[in-house]
Amino acid sequence: MSAQNQHSPHVILRVVSKILIPLIALFALYVHFHGDYGPGGGFQAGVIFASAIILYALIFGLDEAKRAVPPSWVRICMSLGVLVYGGTGVATWMLGGQFLNFTVFAPESTHASGQHWGIFAVELGVLFAVTGAMVAIFYAFGSRVPELRDEDW
Amino acid sequence: MTAIFEHFNFVVVIVLMMTGLFVVFATQNMIKKLVGLSVFQTSVFLLYISLSKVSGGQPPIIAKKDLHGASYPADGGYDAAPDSAYQAAEVLYSNPLPHVLILTAIVVGVATLAIGLALVVRVREVYGTIEDDEINKIDYNENLEGVAR
Amino acid sequence: MMEGFTPILLLDMGLLAMLVVVAFAVVRLRSLFAIVMLQGVYSLLSAAWFVSLDAVDVAFTEAAVGAGISTVLMLGAMLLTEREAKPVPFQKQLGPLFIVTIVALAMFYAVGDMPAFGDALSPANSYVGADYIAATKNDIILPNVVTAVLASYRSFDTFGEVVVVYMAGLGILLLLGLNGNAGKWRAKPNGQNITGRKNAAEQREDKP
Repeated sequence: MSAQNQHSPHVILRVVSKILIPLIALFALYVHFHGDYGPGGGFQAGVIFASAIILYALIFGLDEAKRAVPPSWVRICMSLGVLVYGGTGVATWMLGGQFLNFTVFAPESTHASGQHWGIFAVELGVLFAVTGAMVAIFYAFGSRVPELRDEDW
Repeated sequence: MTAIFEHFNFVVVIVLMMTGLFVVFATQNMIKKLVGLSVFQTSVFLLYISLSKVSGGQPPIIAKKDLHGASYPADGGYDAAPDSAYQAAEVLYSNPLPHVLILTAIVVGVATLAIGLALVVRVREVYGTIEDDEINKIDYNENLEGVAR
Repeated sequence: MMEGFTPILLLDMGLLAMLVVVAFAVVRLRSLFAIVMLQGVYSLLSAAWFVSLDAVDVAFTEAAVGAGISTVLMLGAMLLTEREAKPVPFQKQLGPLFIVTIVALAMFYAVGDMPAFGDALSPANSYVGADYIAATKNDIILPNVVTAVLASYRSFDTFGEVVVVYMAGLGILLLLGLNGNAGKWRAKPNGQNITGRKNAAEQREDKP
């Protein structure tokens, strides 16, 4: 594997992106969890996380990316996001409140902790759904074999 | 003249919107059509966001002094309470509601764009072309022949 | 008229001029690669203008989605289809040009009734938007009002959006397949194709 890397023409790209990809994923998590205090949130973080996986696939090939993040995970991830979001709403029902009214999580709190917990859960659902959907879309386009016409070759 | 100067955002957005609409109408290539559609879509986002702008306003992230329950430690330091002039100043924020609407619309927009692109890919696999008029021609000939196959 | 002329306004004008230039270039060009790249540039420029309009969250999303993911997807779709758009004859562009001009004139006629740029008392900025800012300070106690409105006040709305993204992903999986193999097989009851048309590869095989 390493010998193959050394003779590959994209060795600089590979080395640089190997350092960058974990940082991009970390930045996505920062954007997600800091979304309550500054610009950011589940939608942005999901897209940034997906772009880290897409960068990995572009540099190391789609098959390597599918070994790192299997397509079955992606399917589960995007369904799990919707489930977490809807499940939060069902949980508020179960606690006797209205659908997605988060106050019931901590009704006694003077600092709106219930709202904070609810927003946390909902944003987590958004993160999973958006990451899963974006990676699934990229996998679908990337693994389609092109039917090129003769003049295009 | 002053009217145009005060409404320059609308004027530019209309020009951009019509450019996108023209690309959708006038081109035969489906991928270029989708690019035109996304130019149109982005212009609509620009319209909404430019409506939410308040002159002299700040991004809708509330200053700590205005937040209920935000407390400052007595010993000063990093979280020291700001001076009284800053404490009393009224902060103007831009309207957050269009931001929320457009934020979700952008992500939904890229998802629906991907659906459109997937349809184009499938059309290319079946017809061998993504030009509108050529597809119409193939369909016309097929209808003339009937579905004898 | 000139008292409102600030450096920020100059920046706005510059960004908008670049947006118009890029949009016109999209109309003129025929190479799909260039068009897709210009679409990314267009998104990035509009993200820059969003920052100037105080919409930092939107700018963030537009930069990540419009300039990042959607460019990658369009390039992927372009690789699977064609490299160049066919030229459209001038006569065929006249009809669309006529319609677009009519619509533009109708919209320019309405511009005079719109609130001025940056008007704090415009209808759009007066009612519920101001209420959200005032209520977030006591109800949600989060600094970022956009997150508070997105995830709490309008969480029902956001639920719908998440489901739309999920359904779009599901639609892509049905159309193309997660491994790129959807639609590659053909049902052949009694040895006959039930789909009327063969795909491009099969047509090429038939030709010689």
